[in-house]
Amino acid sequence: MADTKDIQNDRWVGCITQVRDAQDQAAFAELFNHFAPRVKAFLMKSGADATLAEECAQDVMATLWQKSHLFDPSRASAATWIFTIARNRRIDAIRKMKRPEPEDLPWGPETEPDQADVLVLQQESEQLGQAISELPEKQRTLIEKAYFGDLTHNEIAEQTGLPLGTIKSRIRLALDRLRHAMK
Amino acid sequence: MQDQIKHHLSDALLMAYSAGNLPEAFSLTVAAHISMCDECRARLGAFDTVGGALIDQAETAPMVAGSLEATMERIKSGGGQTHRQQPFVRTGGVLPKPIQDYIGGDLEAVKWRSVGMGVKQAILPTARDATARLLYIPAGAAVPDHGHKGTELTLVIQGAFRDEVDHFGPGDIEVANEDLDHTPVADIGADCICLAATDAPLKFKGVLPRIAQPFLRI
Repeated sequence: MADTKDIQNDRWVGCITQVRDAQDQAAFAELFNHFAPRVKAFLMKSGADATLAEECAQDVMATLWQKSHLFDPSRASAATWIFTIARNRRIDAIRKMKRPEPEDLPWGPETEPDQADVLVLQQESEQLGQAISELPEKQRTLIEKAYFGDLTHNEIAEQTGLPLGTIKSRIRLALDRLRHAMK
Repeated sequence: MQDQIKHHLSDALLMAYSAGNLPEAFSLTVAAHISMCDECRARLGAFDTVGGALIDQAETAPMVAGSLEATMERIKSGGGQTHRQQPFVRTGGVLPKPIQDYIGGDLEAVKWRSVGMGVKQAILPTARDATARLLYIPAGAAVPDHGHKGTELTLVIQGAFRDEVDHFGPGDIEVANEDLDHTPVADIGADCICLAATDAPLKFKGVLPRIAQPFLRI
């Protein structure tokens, strides 16, 4: 299971690179067929009707094409990066708000990422995904509500069933990676 | 700088920011802190990864017929090119870049209004479900004693302050809720500049600040 997923993410990373370097429409179609229906479902769970969700999902996929230079596989898996694009579209189109973003790190996406860092990041993302898929139903529903619904930070803080421990162990890994990258 | 930061964002705030469920004024404060704090940047990366895993495992909603072609049309009408975007980095100044974007410049562009006792503030143009303001507290001066109905986030950008809880230096963020009445006092060494966000009006103890409150929108 884990191996198949790793290979799958490798393929998505390869597809995004193909779009970036060669404007490859076949690679884009692969990404589209996998991710667009998931993004659409995410937006519908967040309160968009089917028409708005369809339109926003198309926007998200078009943004993926246009911003493919900004994708850094040593900092995010393909699914994580697409989530952030879809999240921003949701805030813009459904919540009708701006979302201020942090400054970029000075080393930015211009340099080619280190392949060892890419591997570690992809493995960590996979492990976290695995851990989430194995959560008891109740905890999983809660975490989906935090991301797809509209739990406020106060509500999140009050929810004792949230599996933050699962996330925290990955946070330690993320910190180690960041320290490594800053050496 | 990041090694000196002692006060970080809570998991709840980071998760809500990652999910996109914070009021704009809070998102701005979180974005400004992350701009100064690599630890919280990495923690945010982990919360974004949770979102990615959920999308990956989510059920699907079928796209309409011709959806891929329509998307290709969108891309072509945008020129069909991939865009090399300028990285979003600060080129100088005191304020983190996300705040500079709201000011339209750095400190010299801030339109300060006096709130008395040498304390100045500038309200930033965010959605009105929460308020973000820059505070300028002269060295040694105090912000009037106040409590909170909702949540108040205070990020130190320059200088430092002390209140009933602890000492807060550059990059530190204080998360105050209904349980806290406090009187932040700026350190003697330097004027203190903070970004403060609230989702409910503050409750001042003194009569004068209470009278002034409706006019100052704090």
